[in-house]
Amino acid sequence: MTTTLIADPLVDVDAEGFLTNPEQWNEQIAEAIAADNGVAELTDRHWLVVRFMRDRYLRTGNAPSIRALGKESGVPVKELYELFPKGPAKLAAKIGGIPKPKGCI
Amino acid sequence: MSKKQIVILGGGTGGTMTANRLRRRFDADDADVHVVDRDDRHVYQPGLLFVPFGLAALDDIVRPRQRQLRNGVTFHQGEVAWVELERNEVVLLDGTVLPYDVLVVASGVRLQPDETEGLTEPGWNERVFTFYDPAGAEGLRLALEHFDGGRLVVNLVDMPIKCPVAPLEFAFLADWHLRERGIRARTELVYATPLDAAFTKPIASQHLGSLLGEKEIELVTEFNTGEVDGIGGALTSYDGRVLDFDLLVTVPLHGGAAFVERTLGLADALGFVSTDKSTLQSTVKPNVFALGDATDLPTSKAGSVTHFEAEVLTENVARYFVDAELECGFDGHANCFIETGFHKALLIDFNYETEPLPGHFPTAFGLPLLRESRLNHLGKLAFQWVYWHALLPGREIPGIGPAMPTAGKRQTSFTPEEGAVR
Repeated sequence: MTTTLIADPLVDVDAEGFLTNPEQWNEQIAEAIAADNGVAELTDRHWLVVRFMRDRYLRTGNAPSIRALGKESGVPVKELYELFPKGPAKLAAKIGGIPKPKGCI
Repeated sequence: MSKKQIVILGGGTGGTMTANRLRRRFDADDADVHVVDRDDRHVYQPGLLFVPFGLAALDDIVRPRQRQLRNGVTFHQGEVAWVELERNEVVLLDGTVLPYDVLVVASGVRLQPDETEGLTEPGWNERVFTFYDPAGAEGLRLALEHFDGGRLVVNLVDMPIKCPVAPLEFAFLADWHLRERGIRARTELVYATPLDAAFTKPIASQHLGSLLGEKEIELVTEFNTGEVDGIGGALTSYDGRVLDFDLLVTVPLHGGAAFVERTLGLADALGFVSTDKSTLQSTVKPNVFALGDATDLPTSKAGSVTHFEAEVLTENVARYFVDAELECGFDGHANCFIETGFHKALLIDFNYETEPLPGHFPTAFGLPLLRESRLNHLGKLAFQWVYWHALLPGREIPGIGPAMPTAGKRQTSFTPEEGAVR
C-alpha cells in the first residue's frame, strides 16, 4: 500500500489506485480520480452511479458487479459503459473511493 | 422430536445428494424428505461438454431423477410458484402446498440467453449455440459436424457461470477436434471473456493462458458482450469492439430459478439465495438452507462444491432441529478437472482463501495439480461413474472431504499486476 496525493489530503491507495480507506474519500478526490481516468466531467448521472456503488459497499461490504449494478441502480448497462468507458463497475468504484470490486468466481 | 417435514427444491446434484444424506440421517418416524422438481430428467452436467464432439451421447448422461433418490424420499414433479417464507410453505403452480419445517433450496441456475441483445434472435441454434443445456449441446454437435473452417468464437457473456472452466475446456477440445479433422489450419479459434485473463484466479490463469497460447487460441479479455448478430455473425462488446464469427459458442447469462426471484427477500439482484458462506443457512430465515449453484456464495458454481456443501448442510439441518450451534464447516472448497484435449486434463483444487496451486491432490502422491496429464483425463472419465454411484447416493469418498487438503500443494509466488480479478 502507498499513499498518494490525489487532491489535497494524502490518501491510501492500492497498486491500481483504488482507495484502501473509503473514509479518506471526498468529492474533490472523486473528481481528481475521474479526470485521471478519462472522465473529464462528473455529471449527475455519474454521481448517481458513484454514490450507489459507494453506498452499497459501505452497507454490505461488497460492491456490485456490472450486471447487478445495471439491475439495481436502474441505469442500463449500455449507459453505464457510456458514462464509465471500459469497466463501469471498476471505474465507478475507483471514483467512489472504495476497493476494486471482487470478480465473481 | 415431532415428525419433521424437510422440503428440498430441486432434484439435481445438490438436491439429490442432500435428500439421500438426510434420508439416511433421520429415521422415517422422525422426518419426511420431499424433493420437488419440474421434470424427471437428471442431467450429468459435466457430460454436456463432450456432447458437441460426439464423445458423449445425451442418452448416456441423462437419467430419471426419481431413480437417484433413496427409498423413503418423496418426489413431487411440478413447478414451484413461490415460497411463503412467513408461513413455511412451498406453493406449486398446480396449487399443491407443501408445508415444511426446513426448506433446502437446491434449484441451481437458469440460463438467460434472452437477457443479451440479439442472442435469441435469428441465428440462435443455427450458428450461435450454447452447450450448457442438452438441446444446445446436441445442436452444436450437428453444427460442428458441418463446420468446415472459418472463425469459431467461444464466449462467456458474464460471470457467474456454472463450471467457470467449461468454456476454456470447450476451446481446448475444439482445437483438438479440428486438428483431428484436419481443418484446424483454416480455423481461427478465439476465446472472448469479460475477465481480464483466461480464468478468475491468478496462478491458474497464468497456466491456462499459456495453454491457450500453445494451442494458438486467441485470447480476447475484458470483452463484455453487449449485442449478438447471429445472421451477420458479429459479437459486439459494450465498449464497441466487434468479433466476427462463423460459429459462436456462447455461455449465456446465469440467474437463479424463477421461483426464487418470485419469492420476496430470498435472493440478490441476480436471483441467487443469500446464504451464509460457512454454514449454508440462508441469511433470510433460519429454517431455510441453500446449496449448489442456487446460492450467492463466492465460490465456483460446480458439482464438486455442491458435494462438499451437502455434507456440511446435512449436519447443520440436524443441528438446527435440536437447537445446536451450526457447524461453520464449509471453506469454499472446489475441485475441477479441466479437459485440455489429446486425452489429457488438468486438475485444480482451491477454496475461499487459497487459489489453485501446483502440486498433487489430495496428498503429495495424488493426481498432479495444474499440470496436463493422462491420469487426470482418466480421472475425469471415471468421475461419471463416481457421480451416479457414490456422489448422488451420498456415500463418503475416502480422502475427499469438504475441507480443502493442503498436504500436496506448493506455494508459488505471483505478481498481482497480472491478476484476473475484475
